[in-house]
Amino acid sequence: MTEALDILFWILIFPGFVFTLIIGLIASWIVRKVSALVQWRVGPPLFKQLRVLQPFYDIMKLMGKEILLPEEAQRTTFMMAPVVGMAAVMLLATILWRVAIAQTAFVGDVIVVIYLMVLPSLALILGSSASGSPHAAVGTGREMKLVMSYELALVLAFIVVIIKSGGRLDLAVLAQQKPFLSISGLLAFLVSLLCVQAKLGFVPFDIAEAETELGGGVLMEYSGALLAVWKIIHAMLLVALPLFLVTVFLGGFVDGVSWGVVKFVVVLVLLILIKNTNPRVRIDQAMKFFWYYCGIILVVAVVLAMIGNYYGIGWL
Amino acid sequence: MSWKINFLKKSPWVFHVNTGACNNCDIEIVNLLTPKFDVERFGIKLVGSPRHADALLVTGVVTAQAAPRLQEVYRQTSKPCVVFVMGACACGTGIFSTGYHVVGPVDKVIREVDPNAIIAYVPGCPPKPEAMISGVVKALSAI
Repeated sequence: MTEALDILFWILIFPGFVFTLIIGLIASWIVRKVSALVQWRVGPPLFKQLRVLQPFYDIMKLMGKEILLPEEAQRTTFMMAPVVGMAAVMLLATILWRVAIAQTAFVGDVIVVIYLMVLPSLALILGSSASGSPHAAVGTGREMKLVMSYELALVLAFIVVIIKSGGRLDLAVLAQQKPFLSISGLLAFLVSLLCVQAKLGFVPFDIAEAETELGGGVLMEYSGALLAVWKIIHAMLLVALPLFLVTVFLGGFVDGVSWGVVKFVVVLVLLILIKNTNPRVRIDQAMKFFWYYCGIILVVAVVLAMIGNYYGIGWL
Repeated sequence: MSWKINFLKKSPWVFHVNTGACNNCDIEIVNLLTPKFDVERFGIKLVGSPRHADALLVTGVVTAQAAPRLQEVYRQTSKPCVVFVMGACACGTGIFSTGYHVVGPVDKVIREVDPNAIIAYVPGCPPKPEAMISGVVKALSAI
């Protein structure tokens, strides 16, 4: 009984839902603020008197709004999709934080993490295609192609890490090593940084949302509390995905919590700077980028990692 | 209802509707997002879909073609929402008041759908960006 309560506490409160949400909202405020500073603007307010940040207000406001259901929508799927995405991202955050904090695996291994990272995108595809809107349909198609293009690169980058650990799939073991200190690991890290950029829907790869052409794309028909759930999912992914990069490629929280936080912030700032210095690409350009260029780089990285592993050369 | 309005005041997301404007007010509205005026300071964000919006920025005399579309956009905006009427034409049809294609000022068209709509007016041809910001802030602190 206490064990079950313990697990519930892990998932719902401390590293799972509430904690990740708070960190995620702060991170999304940082994204908006840094983007504003890059563009010489002031950016969203801090509201010093109330000590609450802008994203909290956004979420609370959306919670109070009316939920509109489109007439042609497949209602059950339309309303269940955000819940599925939220469940997946909650579990993902719990697993990653557990490895970061307690250095032990919570449940499952790397394969589970790969699946959990795809689920929010799949839920988004499901929800937007159930909405019956032509704009959302275009966005759905683009999101599907985007998932197909970056998943290949991400899994190949994973394979590099797994080879370097000697074929271990346990996340706690992977978190102990630092692949980015070798050539192949560094290549894999750089490519997976771009994959995370695409997963978060940040600017060079925000093809599915594309506010200027599709008016919100995949999220177009969502309103009120359902949109708030999508915003929450996005905020939590903003924590979970950089944390995943830090855990798998940069050695995680092995050197102590403060170094872990520094690595996390560096990855987040890298993502924001890529976001602010690039124009949006077309979907065929994104696909070509991930399959041709990143694919070739990763094949080289895999070969280097195998040679290094076979001859015992650490830096290769 | 009151807490909903309170939070809405802190982060009004706006959707821009053109109902037959000459593009002058629209240019000034786009100006609001530039580094010089930067309405994100107030938590205001431009969104692409009326379903995400809390405020409609309506410009232009409402033409016969645009009137049913404006009403439809208003119906699709999730409530509670505010309508900001930008510019002389939108406030009272301006110099086009006798035009054959003019249905009426924006508030009349919106009130056909929802008699209790919250409507705020910013006159001017076009209103300066400073005037728009001042109008929006005043209206939000009044409701």
